[in-house]
Amino acid sequence: MVAVTTPVELAVTPVRRRRRTSWGRWIILLLAAAYFLVPLYAAAEFAVSGPDGIGALTGIAGKSGFVEAFTLSLTLALVTTVITLALMVPTAIWVHLRLPRVQRLFEGITILGIVIPPVVLIVGVLQVAPATLKGTPYLLALEYAILAMPFAYRSLDAGLRAIPLTTLVEASRSLGAGWVVTIGRVLLPNLRSALLSATVLTVALVLGEYTMASLDQFETFPVWVVVYQQDDAHVSVAVSLLSLVATWVLLMLISMIDTRRLRRGKTS
Amino acid sequence: MTTTDTSRTTTKAGTTTGSTAVHLKGLRRAFGATRALDDLDLEIKPGELVALLGPSGCGKTTALRVLAGMETIDSGEVLVDGVDISGVPTRKRDMGMVFQNYSLFPNLSALDNVGFGLRVRGRAAAERRSRAGELLEMVGLADQADKYPHQMSGGQQQRVALARALAIEPRVLLLDEPLSALDAKVRLQLREQIRLLQTQLGTTTLFVTHDQEEALSMADRVGVMRSGRLEQIAAPAELYARPATAFVAEFVGTMNRLPGTTVPGGVRVLEADVTADITGRTSGTEVDVLVRPEDMTLAPTAHGHGIVTTRMFLGGVTRVTVRLESDVSVLVDQPSAAAAELAVGAAVEVAITGRVLVADRS
Amino acid sequence: MPDIATPGKRAGFRVGPLAGLLPFAIYTTIFLFVPAAAIVVGAFTDPESGSFTFNNLGTAFSGIYAQGFVTSIQLSVISAVVPGVLGLVIAYAVQMSGSSGLRRIVSTAAGVFANFGGVPLAFLFIAALGSSGLVVDWLKLIGFDPYEHGFSLYTFTGIAVVYLYFQIPLMVLVITPALEGLRPAWREAADNLGASAWQYWRMVGGPVLLPSFLGSLLLLFGGAFSAYATTQALTSGSLAITPIQIGGFLNGNVLSGQENVGKALGLGMILVIAAVMVVYAILQRRASKWLQ
Repeated sequence: MVAVTTPVELAVTPVRRRRRTSWGRWIILLLAAAYFLVPLYAAAEFAVSGPDGIGALTGIAGKSGFVEAFTLSLTLALVTTVITLALMVPTAIWVHLRLPRVQRLFEGITILGIVIPPVVLIVGVLQVAPATLKGTPYLLALEYAILAMPFAYRSLDAGLRAIPLTTLVEASRSLGAGWVVTIGRVLLPNLRSALLSATVLTVALVLGEYTMASLDQFETFPVWVVVYQQDDAHVSVAVSLLSLVATWVLLMLISMIDTRRLRRGKTS
Repeated sequence: MTTTDTSRTTTKAGTTTGSTAVHLKGLRRAFGATRALDDLDLEIKPGELVALLGPSGCGKTTALRVLAGMETIDSGEVLVDGVDISGVPTRKRDMGMVFQNYSLFPNLSALDNVGFGLRVRGRAAAERRSRAGELLEMVGLADQADKYPHQMSGGQQQRVALARALAIEPRVLLLDEPLSALDAKVRLQLREQIRLLQTQLGTTTLFVTHDQEEALSMADRVGVMRSGRLEQIAAPAELYARPATAFVAEFVGTMNRLPGTTVPGGVRVLEADVTADITGRTSGTEVDVLVRPEDMTLAPTAHGHGIVTTRMFLGGVTRVTVRLESDVSVLVDQPSAAAAELAVGAAVEVAITGRVLVADRS
Repeated sequence: MPDIATPGKRAGFRVGPLAGLLPFAIYTTIFLFVPAAAIVVGAFTDPESGSFTFNNLGTAFSGIYAQGFVTSIQLSVISAVVPGVLGLVIAYAVQMSGSSGLRRIVSTAAGVFANFGGVPLAFLFIAALGSSGLVVDWLKLIGFDPYEHGFSLYTFTGIAVVYLYFQIPLMVLVITPALEGLRPAWREAADNLGASAWQYWRMVGGPVLLPSFLGSLLLLFGGAFSAYATTQALTSGSLAITPIQIGGFLNGNVLSGQENVGKALGLGMILVIAAVMVVYAILQRRASKWLQ
């Protein structure tokens, strides 16, 4: 209980100190939450209100074309992740270690993946790609790596900044380790959460990429979802809902791993 | 919003006559189960610089922020010139604060930063510029007036922060560990500068720090805090020579802790009887005796108490560590000339020559 | 820097380090720059004779295609400014709440919605705002049928509403670091010096945040401008915005002689986005100077 008196010189108003009016803040957050959750609810409702009922959610695996499309997407996701990590991890380490001044410029270059809209990129790709490559979906994987670059680099960059990179490398090398061992046994274990989030972002990107896949005429998972809409919109909606929830859970898991590592591993 | 304050007059050079008295009375504040302030009672006389010293978590920063209006209290009064201002919002309290971490507005130049408080009070641009310029001059940064915070060093930024706080002619100046983030040399320079300005302007000041050297060298009085309460508040010399409690004794300066037993009129320690204040204790109790290294002497001897283990050269004085038979180590300060002849491993006899403080056996 | 941390130093101090970027450089050249070059070249090539021409560009910036650009830009501006402001408000509310749990939930949610792509969200909105969508049904219950009043999910307005859904989270993601860069000490110092909340925001908070805010708006604009999937999934190509029109060229419904107009359109898009990115970079540099 604060003792309040009214002094002569100063006008006193009983003031709620420190946290400004909090209810206004909570109204905003509630409205925002409503706006984002209502479509989710609507989708859930729509998904189970079809002729199949809840079967729209559970029977997805049986729908025609689903397994092929999903497998294709998973395969592409895997290939893209491998390419992206194989390309970006050494490069990111190298830039951080040897080219710190170039870092800003490098960030800009990776953003180029965003500057060229996927719809434009696929036009250019289809123009120059050799016919053999055009026939396979792996062309998509190669291009997806370009799309994933900015996100992968962001994660790796954050992870590399959080560790004493130069010191670790110097310590490892001074003890006689070669580069493979240094990267493999010293750096990568310390970059686990950055690698994990880069992977998840890449996988999420590939699993959700529609533009290039549809224009390249390969039926990946998102393309299948859109096409299947003609047959049974309920299933398309159900699948969309599930994929959103799945990614949400995944990203939450990652951030939890992250905070638990920080809590356990902090020494000072 | 300006208040007409008749208790002060301002001369052209910016000095004030007649400063503010502060009294933090019976402050209590708990954060959940922890008591940040536990019946804190602190008076600051007009024009005085009081330093609040203590380990982290003792509540010193909380006390400062309560005075500033940035923390609420559960009970108690915050009296400024006898008036309780607990209900007054921060921005009406007319107090200048310097933060630990650079709090300069990044988008404003040094001059604009210093003039910020005046701008908020509706002063004309010309007046703001001249007053801000005066203050930057006082802190020795007149040539940096147009620089931005990111172009200045840490020490310079804190000086600008100080000028900014003083520009509004605050009734009280609050300093929240302002030097902790700076390196040693800059810290020493700023210590002097702050103290000089403060005495020049006569502003009542509360200074929070965990660095006892800082507190002892700058303040008129130092208050040692622990767990939300004030253990002792006194002038630096008094605090050092006559600590009221064992905590204060060991926190301020270095203290030896030796086992002893109470005897009539004092304690028996190191096989000798020493006069000490043992009020409240019965004779024959086992106690700890606290004594400063400079209040002890040692002498080489064939069969002494102990053996010299290390010698630390500190300039005029060398701090010698002696391990006693009971496996207790004591630090004894010797003039370096004499200590030079002591070898590690030498047998010595130690004696107490000054005041001791008696504490419970820990 | 001691030698052990710098492989390739023997190769010469200037070239050596850059050599490490070779794999990356090669990859992006093949899979990014070559296709981009193909677009640029194609935009100026006559599809029949193979000679240099401005015809493609001429067609691309007139008639329906010019209209397409205009519509795209309109859509992108709305999809940048409205979510920009709303996102800022939400991000601020989240930050001020001080709850780290809330912050984590919101940032993960934002990451999901912003990153995932247009198709799932398109379907969520069909369920909510389609002609028999849930929200439409609710509104009909209180006697208001948006579809009677000219609203349709499958038109400009409807698409804009859908874009909001992934633009707002993107804004939250992008503006939060800038908001976190606003040190509480600044607010406290301003408070202490006598400033009201409005004065603080006008003299310190606003100016410091402005470059980041504008930069975020640009980012949103760029994202909306490039978006293809959502609109395609919802309208099957009936809304005439530039990305959809470009896609149309790949499906083969093309007038003869105009095969390369799509590339010209693509070039136009690249130029717009490049301009946006340049201004963004400038703003970022200004912001980082202050928000160290």
